[in-house]
Amino acid sequence: MELSRRTALSLALMLAALPSAARAGKTLDGVRQRHEVVCGVNTSAPGFSATDSQGRWVGLDVDVCRAVAAAVLGDATKVRFVPLNSQQRFAALQAGEIDILSRNTTWTLTRDASLGIVFTGIDYYDGQGFMVPKKLKVESALKLGGAQICVQSGTTSEKNVAEYFAAHGIKYKSVVFDTAEAIQAAFFAGRCQAYTTDMSDLAGARTHATKPEEYVVLPEVISKEPLGPSVRRGDDEWFQIVRWSLYAMMEAEELGLTQASADKEKAESKDPAVQRMLGVGDDTGALLGLDKEWSYRIVKQVGTYGESFERNLGPNTPVGLPRGVNKLWSQGGLMYAPPLR
Amino acid sequence: MRLTFLSLRTRSGRERLYQLALLGLILLASAFLWHNTRENLAARQIHSGFGFLKQPAGFDIGEGLVPYEPQDSYLWAFAAGIANTVRVALAGIVAATLLGLLVGIGRLSHNLLVRALATAYVEVLRNVPLILQLFAWYMATTELLPEPAHPLELWPHAYLSKGGLQLPVPVFARGFALALYLLPLGLVAACLLVRRARRRREATGRAQRVLLPALLLAVAPSALGWLLGGAPHALDLPEVTAFNVTGGLGITPEFLALFIGLSTFTGAYIAEIVRSGLLAIPHGQTEAALALGLSRAEVLRLVVLPQALRVIVPPLTSQYLNLTKNSSLAVAIGYPDLVAIANTAINQNGQALECILLIMAVYLTVNLLTAAAMGAYNRRVALVER
Repeated sequence: MELSRRTALSLALMLAALPSAARAGKTLDGVRQRHEVVCGVNTSAPGFSATDSQGRWVGLDVDVCRAVAAAVLGDATKVRFVPLNSQQRFAALQAGEIDILSRNTTWTLTRDASLGIVFTGIDYYDGQGFMVPKKLKVESALKLGGAQICVQSGTTSEKNVAEYFAAHGIKYKSVVFDTAEAIQAAFFAGRCQAYTTDMSDLAGARTHATKPEEYVVLPEVISKEPLGPSVRRGDDEWFQIVRWSLYAMMEAEELGLTQASADKEKAESKDPAVQRMLGVGDDTGALLGLDKEWSYRIVKQVGTYGESFERNLGPNTPVGLPRGVNKLWSQGGLMYAPPLR
Repeated sequence: MRLTFLSLRTRSGRERLYQLALLGLILLASAFLWHNTRENLAARQIHSGFGFLKQPAGFDIGEGLVPYEPQDSYLWAFAAGIANTVRVALAGIVAATLLGLLVGIGRLSHNLLVRALATAYVEVLRNVPLILQLFAWYMATTELLPEPAHPLELWPHAYLSKGGLQLPVPVFARGFALALYLLPLGLVAACLLVRRARRRREATGRAQRVLLPALLLAVAPSALGWLLGGAPHALDLPEVTAFNVTGGLGITPEFLALFIGLSTFTGAYIAEIVRSGLLAIPHGQTEAALALGLSRAEVLRLVVLPQALRVIVPPLTSQYLNLTKNSSLAVAIGYPDLVAIANTAINQNGQALECILLIMAVYLTVNLLTAAAMGAYNRRVALVER
């Protein structure tokens, strides 16, 4: 029986030579030395982190990592992606195998407080839902009594569905798999009557069905699932860089910039906020340990939050999610970046 | 006195000194690893300790012998996982042994078709990785079986579907409890009868047909107990509901796929062990037995197999241990065994080290017990040397 990655990483934790306090402040140095950001992503989450037909990584979480690379190393392509399943993700971050975990991971108290990691922000406000085949004629999650529900091992979904059904006194049986591929294969083959995970995941999973129109997502949203990137605890410098890279993307959209208009605005704009964002005003980068044009590169090479959303999750993509609560605060949504000044 | 005990000048002294030094090194290394781990965990602010076992688990377990609710503690969830692992391991060991015995003997058959089939079985199943075989069996059950809402009715009230095999099962009542308590009595009586018949045959040469009377004697007290308990015959019947089949005794496709996959895979290895054991017996034994007028089946049962067991049992133990360990692949096909539940626990509370140590301790215990039991059996069938 070969050593699973999780076991190997735990053993590595045991054998690491020094207490990590010495290493914790050094993620930025490591990134600069390696000339790449190592980014932990999902094995396959359409819209968030997945490989396209040419083998390139695309998605919202992928863009967050590229933004950090653009800010720190000057080039959004200097990222190495490490696909992780739901068991390996935290161990990989704890052990230092990756610099950022950008893997549509829900921000919860337990994860923030007891795993030695810390969440830097929220890049997608999600909720958990159910997907059922239309032919079962089920219109509400409350009618799922006695059903067998496919869920992924070790996710917040597993815990939430147990709590939801316990709260409503409904009996169900869970069928638990460890990879998204196995669970989707079982659900689409008819092994279980419902599939529960984050709504965005459901939309992405439906694209893998041979007949997506035969499946419907039920209206109930049974939990809050704020998804966001996380980094190791104890490295405040790196934490600030990752946090403000995401906020830069949101602020750029709020300022009305786009990837295409970045250069033009840089040359012509008289707005001090725009000038700061595009590297011709105050130097915010020096405070983060970066150079002056860190946020300009993010806008130019990766785009704004809105553009990334359109590109990866928007109505023209197979995933096709509405912007919903992920709009900017000025448009009635929840995306609110503290000012970059 | 003390000086010569560890003296470098005497050989025994040197040996003791080296052993003491080695022991010291091992203890030092362990202490270093232990201390290092604790420091690393504390520095990264990762929670450690076994206190999480008392907290409510919060997740459901799809099947099992142990009554489990999501509000139960992590410890109980682990217990359910252990029960699931032991369940599939035991069933797999029994099935693999029977299968291996049959196929191993089949490979030595005079019948060409039987021999060819047995050889093909062994060669194919030994050489394909187990996880692929498990996926294949699982896909066979999920793709080929009908939808749970429209199951196949094998006989009245027995349903086969993607949701598994649901069978009618008697509702447990007082009569069945009585029957269970009286079962050992019946078994002991049957054993005594068989032993008495064998002694009579050895003393007087007269053989008695003892199989049927022994079976009847074994079940008679239980049947009596059942009658005395009111002859309960209420059945828990599976019913087809809107989604799937509920009720009755359920065998999930995950368990089926794992059970069949493990049994056939390990059965192929056991077949080879059985064959090598049979071939290890000199052909002279078979010839002499045939000359005495025994039939081929009797030669196998009375002469060759008892001697071959000495060769078969030790490698058989390894295969049983392998089967138990291989059952941890269950997580890939959705069977909630110990490793799958520990994975969920690790992901929910982040304490990978403690959970993995627990898994290792459980497998170590189960396997050591199996090896000890097989060792005792081995000593019984071993040749007593003068």
